[in-house]
Amino acid sequence: MPGVALLVFREVLEAALIISIVCAATRGVSRRGLYVVGGIGLGLAGASLVALGAGVIAGLASGSGQELLNAGVLLAAVAMIGWHVVWMSRHARELARHMNAVGQAVKAGSSSLTLLLAVVALAVLREGSEVVLFLYSMAMGGIGAGGLAGGIALGVSGGALLGSALYYGLLRIPMKHFFGVTNVMLVLLAAGLASTAARFLLQANRLPALGEQLWDTSWLFSNGSLAGKTLGILVGYDASPSGIQLVSYAITLLVLLGGMRWVGRPAPVRDERVVAAAPLQAPS
Amino acid sequence: MLRFFVVLGLTLASGAASAADIPEYRLVIQNHVYQPTELKVPADTKFKLVIENRDATPEEFESNEFNREKIVLPNSSASVFIGPLKHGSYRFFGDFHQDTAQGRLIVD
Repeated sequence: MPGVALLVFREVLEAALIISIVCAATRGVSRRGLYVVGGIGLGLAGASLVALGAGVIAGLASGSGQELLNAGVLLAAVAMIGWHVVWMSRHARELARHMNAVGQAVKAGSSSLTLLLAVVALAVLREGSEVVLFLYSMAMGGIGAGGLAGGIALGVSGGALLGSALYYGLLRIPMKHFFGVTNVMLVLLAAGLASTAARFLLQANRLPALGEQLWDTSWLFSNGSLAGKTLGILVGYDASPSGIQLVSYAITLLVLLGGMRWVGRPAPVRDERVVAAAPLQAPS
Repeated sequence: MLRFFVVLGLTLASGAASAADIPEYRLVIQNHVYQPTELKVPADTKFKLVIENRDATPEEFESNEFNREKIVLPNSSASVFIGPLKHGSYRFFGDFHQDTAQGRLIVD
């Protein structure tokens, strides 16, 4: 049972951290809970399908099907998060004079709620399919139903607990900075997912490494440790990354931050107050 | 700009070398144990590792030290590309049976 609990915990934690960030980013949006639960449900259904079709997937693309699917799922999530943050920055400015921070976010958040639902579904699908195969392997190995159920319960509740800790921690951030922080977290999450996608493509020999093992910080946080895994999801931490991972990370950061800045730039109106309020703004 | 993309494309094409030039090594999983448990591979060389799972249960070949993870289905083989790695000893394991499926890459 401890083995089951540990593996389930690790996979659930990764999905739970992503769900927490998405929940925080859609704070105040009506029917958000429904979307998140829907996303989790869709993700679980998808995970079962992927696990069932694992044999077919493994054989695709001359044996690289698994890597290509993983990379595809990750990059789809990156695109959706990117769309959301860019969209947010556009509407935040438009609405700035008429509404308070919560109102802005609700308006902006609800229009890309479906995208974030898809991000939740993709996160659950990716981690879930591995859990399904693992549980199947355990069941075949003759572990009792009690051990299996106990392990799942422990693992899921542990992962969900840490995920909610992150969520409630984020809620303590003052409203003035709240969506600024969640946007930054979404951008870092997306950059990390892009780096992981690059790692899968590298594993399948579909991308050049541009240098392996550029450095090694596993003495600080190893990739297998709880801290390493958590940082891996939150900011894309990797103890010993390859060059292509750094490139993917940097490109995602630049594109998203550039997109937010460009879309959210002040409209070319002759409004003295706007000019006076932001005299030091760098040209974009 | 066009030149940039041409150069990028050529770099990508040359970097992802064709599988034929890459040495191949094999690992077998039987009774949730890796055979051999220590696999010698050359340093500073990219190689292809083929993992054959002879068990009736799925396994996940995984290493945190050289950053690879791949599901290997029952009675089938899967391959991953690894390296070039520096000299050293790198742990790998079977994520689904960690108490028995343990091994090391000896990069020399």
